[in-house]
Order: sequence, then C-alpha cells, then structure tokens
Amino acid sequence: MSNPTSSRCAACKYLRRRCPQDCICSPYFPSNDPQRFAYVHKIYGASNVGKLLQQLPERARFEAVESLYYEALCRIQDPVYGCAGIVSWLQQQIHDVESEIAKTRAEITVFLNSNISISELNTQHPQTDDMGMENLSNKHKGPL
Amino acid sequence: MGANPPCASCKLLRRRCGKDCIFAPYFPSDDPHKFALVHKVFGASNVSKMLLELPVHQRADAVSSLVFEAGARVRDPVYGCVGAISHLQNQVSQLKMQLAVAQAEILCIRMQQEEALASLLPRTITDQPSQHQKSFTLHSSNGVNVLPQFINGDFGSDNISSNNFGMVIQDYCLEAQRAMLDRQ
Repeated sequence: MSNPTSSRCAACKYLRRRCPQDCICSPYFPSNDPQRFAYVHKIYGASNVGKLLQQLPERARFEAVESLYYEALCRIQDPVYGCAGIVSWLQQQIHDVESEIAKTRAEITVFLNSNISISELNTQHPQTDDMGMENLSNKHKGPL
Repeated sequence: MGANPPCASCKLLRRRCGKDCIFAPYFPSDDPHKFALVHKVFGASNVSKMLLELPVHQRADAVSSLVFEAGARVRDPVYGCVGAISHLQNQVSQLKMQLAVAQAEILCIRMQQEEALASLLPRTITDQPSQHQKSFTLHSSNGVNVLPQFINGDFGSDNISSNNFGMVIQDYCLEAQRAMLDRQ
C-alpha cells in the first residue's frame, strides 16, 4: 500500500519513486520542503540517510535529520571546510577569549597591588584642607 | 613492473586504481580506515563529485574536513559535528561572561582608585569632577570591548536593552566585588 502520488514525501518525489506507507523518510522530509531533502541527498545520498535513520531509535531521528540538514547546508555553502570550518573558528575564539581573560586577570593583580600602595599613602598622608594650600603659597613667596 | 599499490578507496571498492584516480592522492593504501569512514557517511560517489567540483589545491583540505565530519557522525550518529559546534558555542558564551566579569572588576577597581586618589588631594581640587570619571570604557589590550555587546542585546537568550545597561554594570560590579573578596 503506498501513498497516492500527490502525498509523496519530498524524498520519494525527488527520487521519482512510490512512497510507501512506512517510508522512513516521509516524517522528516515533508513534500512542502523539497530543498531540505535535495541538500541532504546531494551531500550524503538517500541510501546513506536511510541506513543512518534505520540504525537510530525513532525518537532520535528528527534531531538526526536536523543535524544532517545543517551539515549539508554548511558543506554546500563552504565546499572545502563545511561544518569543520565552524568548529575550527569556534576553537580559535575560545583560545582568543581565554588569552584575553588571562591578560585581564593579570591587569587586575597589578591594579590590586597599586590599590594597596594608594591606601598606604592615604593612611600616611591624611587629606589636606585649605590651610594646607595657604601654607604652600606662603612658602613660595619669592623675591619680586 | 613495480606498479603502485591501489589506493585505500580502490582497495575497499575492489576496483582498478588508475593513474588519474581522484582518491589516490588523499587516501593512501596505508590508512584504509580514513576512506572507510568517509565512504560510510558520505559515499564514495558523493565524495568523488565533491572533489571534482573543487580546484586541486583545495582538495586535501576538503578531504580532511570530510574525514573530520565523518568521524564526528560515526561517534555521534544523532548530532554529528553539530553536537561539537553546540558544545563549543556554550563554551564561548561562558568564557565571554567570565571576561565581562573580569573587565567589570577592573572597572570597579579603577573607580575605587579614583576615589582613593581624590581623597589624597586637597578639597578645592576634588570639588571639580574628573574628566576620567565621565566615561569608562572597557578595552582589552587588543581592543576587544566586551560589555557594550550587551547594549546591543547580544546576550544569548536574555534580551538586555540599552536602558538596562546601568543595571547590568551594577550587577557586574557586585559580581566583581564578590570575586575580589573571595581572593582576600
């Protein structure tokens, strides 16, 4: 027993074959999104996708197809590096941010040390008032 | 006489390995596992088509990335490479948060230093607002400015508008002060 021609899934439509009731692709490749299957088929091939899905429990198949689609998209957009390019870029970002954190923490240590010096200065030299300024200006009265 | 041994792909596919075999430069016979992995996930035919569409100088990199992705898919049949990407994105987010806290810590320390220095000076001078107090920008040594990202709402799932920026700074200052107390 197969689905009528009008309700074939995107995979069976693309492959121009009958779509059986138990078609493994039909829950994940609806006929209203033909590009989804086209991309996945271009990179992985319908046969490999079918084998992969059969090896997975049903509850995991939707996620698997989503990830296959995403990877296929990445590969089509970047035929040389695909998803591996994104992994590499993220690893570089991690390295850069970790370096930045290390530098920032080193700066904090420097600031904390200078903070100690300032508080020591503060206790040794309490805040001067206007009298202090007058004394200063008196001291600097030189010959005219 | 002394013909080259078939490449790993032709060995696996049990066919003659011609001089112009597209796989031979990238799948040497001493590493059969590499081609087996790629063939299992992508299929020899698809790999061949992909390589043919690329200029020769890019094919080695393409094969390396295909091997990487195939390996990820075999290890994790559900998520493949996407699982690794998701994990790395989380790591990047967490590290950026740590960086923001550290930068807020410096901001707090600078503010404290300004106050401490101001208290050393005579009152007539301290009455005038310091130009430096008017704007604090956080720049790392390579010019990376982390906190302003949050002004643009680049905060993952949390949408922080510019109106909440003051609250964000306050929160990070509290976090930074806690970090400093922990260190003592």
